[in-house]
Amino acid sequence: MLKIKDLHASVDDKEILRGINLEVKAGEVHAIMGPNGSGKSTLASVIAGNERFEVTQGSIELSGEDLEEVSPEERAHKGVFLSFQYPVEIPGVSVTNFMKTAINESRKAKGLEDMPAKDMLKLIREKSELLEIDRKFLSRSLNEGFSGGEKKRNEIFQMAMLEPKVAILDETDSGLDIDALRIVASGVNKLKSKDNAVILITHYQRLLEYIVPDFVHVLHNGKIVKSGGKELALELEEKGYDWLKQETAV
Amino acid sequence: MAYTEEELKKELETKEYEYGFYTDIESDTFPVGLNEEIVIAISKKKEEPEWMTQWRLEAFRIWESMEEPTWANVHYEKPDFQKISYYSAPKSADPNKTLDDVDPDLLEMYRKLGISVDEQKKLQNVAVDIVVDSVSVATTFKKTLAEKGIIFMPISEAIKEHPELVKKYIGSVVPQKDNFYAALNSAVFTDGSFCYIPKGVRCPMELSTYFRINQAGTGQFERTLLIADEDSYVSYLEGCTAPSRDENQLHAAVVELIALDGAEIKYSTVQNWFPGNSEGKGGVFNFVTKRAICEKNAKVSWTQVETGSAVTWKYPSCILKGDNSIGEFYSIAVTNNYQQADTGTKMIHLGKNTKSTIISKGISAGKSQNSYRGLVQINSRADGARNFSQCDSLLMGNECGAHTFPYIEAKNKTAMIEHEATTSKIGEDQIFYCNQRGIDTEKAIALIVNGFSKEVLNKLPMEFAVEAQKLLEISLEGSVG
Repeated sequence: MLKIKDLHASVDDKEILRGINLEVKAGEVHAIMGPNGSGKSTLASVIAGNERFEVTQGSIELSGEDLEEVSPEERAHKGVFLSFQYPVEIPGVSVTNFMKTAINESRKAKGLEDMPAKDMLKLIREKSELLEIDRKFLSRSLNEGFSGGEKKRNEIFQMAMLEPKVAILDETDSGLDIDALRIVASGVNKLKSKDNAVILITHYQRLLEYIVPDFVHVLHNGKIVKSGGKELALELEEKGYDWLKQETAV
Repeated sequence: MAYTEEELKKELETKEYEYGFYTDIESDTFPVGLNEEIVIAISKKKEEPEWMTQWRLEAFRIWESMEEPTWANVHYEKPDFQKISYYSAPKSADPNKTLDDVDPDLLEMYRKLGISVDEQKKLQNVAVDIVVDSVSVATTFKKTLAEKGIIFMPISEAIKEHPELVKKYIGSVVPQKDNFYAALNSAVFTDGSFCYIPKGVRCPMELSTYFRINQAGTGQFERTLLIADEDSYVSYLEGCTAPSRDENQLHAAVVELIALDGAEIKYSTVQNWFPGNSEGKGGVFNFVTKRAICEKNAKVSWTQVETGSAVTWKYPSCILKGDNSIGEFYSIAVTNNYQQADTGTKMIHLGKNTKSTIISKGISAGKSQNSYRGLVQINSRADGARNFSQCDSLLMGNECGAHTFPYIEAKNKTAMIEHEATTSKIGEDQIFYCNQRGIDTEKAIALIVNGFSKEVLNKLPMEFAVEAQKLLEISLEGSVG
């Protein structure tokens, strides 16, 4: 579904990603771990098409299509979703209005009519229940005055509404207490299917106890230095990253 | 592809003014220049009574002795008042005509403006008076309104048909000597709307006036006089457009609102005069004096969406004369390219327990300058007066400016005055967030701007709010740096 080949990307002439190779198939869950500054969030941004980063080499393919010339909004229409590490505030725009706009823009791009209000309401009701979101929350301005946990839950709510093919969750676990983590994780698990894929970006093993990955990759210095099954995450938890850093330095 | 700053700028430059067409209608225009003969000629042309001619002349003499104000935070080449023609009327305008007789070219122009002067308006329950260049062309729904005793007609007709009302109230809120532009307007105004709502009557429909400058080298000086008698209610809408031209066009209007005991007036404006092109050439100079007087328990709300004009100088104000009277000011001012706006309000608290609310939203893009200027004055006798002011600015790019000049004069110790101000900028991260959810940059800006302006947009009548939203989008398309 998502195929990344020898991806190099830089920001302000500083190279951050130095040759990433990754293939994610439908139905799979991949975890990307690594120390601070290893390029995890950059990878997420580049997949989503953030033009602050310049792709200098390599390619990203989604279902066989090269994404190089595809704008961020078109990538979203094609099913790429990024749950942001730091979701921005948009004052005066309610969560509902924002989602309505997002869904209808995607439909427009596919040549469909706006979603009828009745269907929209039904969808909102369904998905907010899935994530145990209070309906009052949906009339609040997007992310304005939200707690860290509320912001993350709102991101997953949006994911549920948009039903992406590839969802990248950038440190969705940070800032969540254990109850919120459980709700978010169970939401993601329910949304998971054989037709979509999830990429989890995280520092900690904790999230992976709830969302079990098929593959774990360790990112260091802009490269994947080790890949393995879910047991790799446990090993990292135990030994930290230093042994890998030494290994790659050799 | 997402936009770089350069691409955005380029796109912004190519965005053209949507209402920039010129309708070729034969018109009857006075020679340029201003002197007593011209003032008398205007008055004669309008077949005015002698008292009106004298009132104009008085204003003209005051104006001659006045200097153009320079305190506003705007910079422009002063108009040469002797190079303007002070009267331009579409030749086919005849006040006795019915709608069926209106020049088809004029009707076509209304169509382009999105105004339908016919049954459509009936469905929307809006009565319209349209002022093109200087003359009022058609007033719809006169009959329906007359049944309630409501008078809604061009002020030129009101001077003849209801002289007692006009004589009593004209200049009572904005006297001739009030300021330079008000004096000029008093001397040369050619038309405008007049409205009277009788005691205890709730006006059943929105009243609306459309102003348009069509003829080159003319000024438009309309005068609006609105009287809401005791315990009456009216909602009034005002819309403005002008064709795009290289030279600056002058617009100096005066609006006077009189809210008698217990009356309520809602006055909404969507101003979309030509703002000048991307190099700052042309555009309308908009120097307007708007003021309301509120008697006991009366309430006046000014709501304005200002997207046009090269230079805007405008401070819709309320004199809260009666006890328990309420003044409100809700404003969205958008400036782009080289536009300059100096706008705000004055709330003068004279009566006891008077209340005022000011919500001002300034949006600046391009190389524009956007200033809020407000005065809250609490008189020594105004016990228990309260004011709340909120001024928010939204910036796009790095070359525009937002300024806030709040003046507060409180002479009564019981006054409660609150002032809040914020400045924010549309960030690339906000745009990217929207992009990532499938919303393109244009739509994202519209969404963010609408969110920012929501408190004010909510105050507009429904159909106007939709129009205002569209205008905001048009004025700001592609303007994020």
